[in-house]
Amino acid sequence: MNQEMINGAHGILRVLEEEGVDIVFGYPGGHVIPIFDALYDSKIKNILPRHEQGAAHAADGYARSTGRVGVCMATSGPGALNLVTGLATAYMDSVPIVAMTGQVKTNMVGKDSFQEADTTGVTIPVTKHNYLVTDPAELLDIFREAFYLARTGRPGPVLVDVPSDLSGGQVPWTERNIEALDGYEEPKAVDDELIRRAAQMIEQAEKPILLVGGGVIAANACDNLFKLATKCNIGVVHTLMGKGAFPETHELSMGMPGMHGMAYASLALQNSDLMVVIGARFDDRITGDLARFAPDASVVHIDIDAAEIDKVRPVTIGICADASDVLEKLVPTCKARNKGPWEEQLFEWRRTHPLTYPTPEEGIAPQYVVEQVYELTGGRAIVATEVGQNQMWAAQYYKIDRPRRFLSSGGLGTMGYGFPAAIGAQIGNPDDLVIDIAGDGSIQMNQQELTTASINKLPVKIVILDNSYLGMVRQWQELFHGNRLSGVDLTGNPDFVKLAEAHGGVGLRCTDPDKVRETIEQGLEVADRPVVMDFVVNKVENVFPFIPAGQSVDEIMLEPPKRGD
Amino acid sequence: MTHTLSALVKNRPRVLARVAGLFARRDFNIESLAVSTTEDPAISRMSIAVDAAGTPLEQVRKQLEKLHDVVTVIDHTDHAVVERELCMLKVNVPPSQRAEVSALTDIFRGDIIDIGNGTLIVQCIGGTDKVDAFIENFAPYGIVELVRTGKVVLARGSQKT
Repeated sequence: MNQEMINGAHGILRVLEEEGVDIVFGYPGGHVIPIFDALYDSKIKNILPRHEQGAAHAADGYARSTGRVGVCMATSGPGALNLVTGLATAYMDSVPIVAMTGQVKTNMVGKDSFQEADTTGVTIPVTKHNYLVTDPAELLDIFREAFYLARTGRPGPVLVDVPSDLSGGQVPWTERNIEALDGYEEPKAVDDELIRRAAQMIEQAEKPILLVGGGVIAANACDNLFKLATKCNIGVVHTLMGKGAFPETHELSMGMPGMHGMAYASLALQNSDLMVVIGARFDDRITGDLARFAPDASVVHIDIDAAEIDKVRPVTIGICADASDVLEKLVPTCKARNKGPWEEQLFEWRRTHPLTYPTPEEGIAPQYVVEQVYELTGGRAIVATEVGQNQMWAAQYYKIDRPRRFLSSGGLGTMGYGFPAAIGAQIGNPDDLVIDIAGDGSIQMNQQELTTASINKLPVKIVILDNSYLGMVRQWQELFHGNRLSGVDLTGNPDFVKLAEAHGGVGLRCTDPDKVRETIEQGLEVADRPVVMDFVVNKVENVFPFIPAGQSVDEIMLEPPKRGD
Repeated sequence: MTHTLSALVKNRPRVLARVAGLFARRDFNIESLAVSTTEDPAISRMSIAVDAAGTPLEQVRKQLEKLHDVVTVIDHTDHAVVERELCMLKVNVPPSQRAEVSALTDIFRGDIIDIGNGTLIVQCIGGTDKVDAFIENFAPYGIVELVRTGKVVLARGSQKT
């Protein structure tokens, strides 16, 4: 049999095309030159970031917002290592990414060659799986397998490290169909008996609540979640990752519980007698002190990852399967249920514990800015966030009604994530409005990507809540360290308006509460380049509610402690 | 109390790093680890002994199962198994004490496998308790060097390992 041979890089791109990839986020270097050479006359378009971390986050934002596998690429050594934070971010939040990295030639591996790093060694703990390709005959099937692993089961990033003699040399064209992989657990069929028992528990519960996480969105199970919640009239609380899984403007949406969640959401969880947990993993930001977390609640836990069940909170029923498949069966099995005294209580808590913020004596309230962005965009934007106070205010005040419209580094908490993720989202959703809610600290971590946005004419809107502080750390120092502010003062920030202009974008500054809406409106009109809206906000505003780390809803702080207390 | 997990893993580069890294990252403590070939050249076996008191066994098993290069993991807590490890001791033994040491070795059904100038190497195969006792009994002679393989396990009868 004559085996068809193909240039390795061309073969890789052919596999990418088979997988439906039309965009990659790649930064070149010596050992990926063969791949960039193949890109020269490929249908696949490369978006050139200004730093490899930007490439990884952009692929992540593309993946979260479109539901497709994001692809990023970097050269060997420093290029590959610059992807690591992005991979870890995607890994913690179960985002499907395939990362291709160049590696030194096969016969140079292990010799401390120029720009050599042990990329697969470094990335084992932050990828779902990774490969160092050593056999040309395996190159293309490994790429097929990488896509399969990234998007199936619990999604996650997969890295393929390709020595440049393989991408630059001839490899056999193979057409293996990736199906059942040895050692890889396919999602299990749903056990009807467990469904029956779960439905029975829901029927018998007096105070049920749904706790939904990012897994519902990853499984495309939001429609079925909606059916379950509305058929049984169960209140829905969501994790940060679950934001958008259930429409936040719906009567049954009970908000986000936990450290900076809505008090009514935390009260709903804490006082429930049944938590139906779907695609969420009892993160410490939700539970606080585990021993005191929702002590009276039984747990039905639905997760595609068997290791999540019983990992943190013991369950009454654990159903390990795809959330969409589970809900498909659970909805018809559950009896319709009317709202009762418990739901009245939930709505009462929501009325009596609304999100509030003080109007500052000086400057603009950052919450007001997010609120106005929400109003002026009609809630229709894809919102990316950085990490810190900006992230929590975005989660609190920008309500999301559809899945894949809120992009935030929930697990790893990566500052600098939001803006490149917004770029990826804008590329994947060219007709949508994409906004990055940022802090003045976070935006500087990947501000170089302003150029990427400009040259690609991406009208990403960056809303900086600019308090000249690393606000979340300052808040902890104020509340728990006697206001001994250390390492948090960002006085001397660049002029963000000039910075935007220097990168080819539009810069707007607002210092007057009365001009907030006008500034946002002005920013929203820009259609062909990025806009930085620098809102100079009250410097010492804090995020409330606040359940301090390791405590419970009993210790919730709804507003700042009075001075002198 | 020590429990043993048997993992069948793909015989690929880095598979040991993946397993060891998982234990380190999740703060699971390995008491001993033995890696060997199996009847299938593409598959290796890892026999992993962990302290059951300090380690959430079921969580370890599930996390290991998630590794793509791990094919199956079996927790032998409730199984009838045969467990063995091999231990070699280099002991200070002057010629005058050789007979006495030989008799002690026989009690453990061990072997003297090397005689040097004032030292002997003795070997013993058995369960962990037996090997512990073996070492304890030779300690008074002065153990110069010690090596043990870590526990390997096969399930009895039709139970798979």
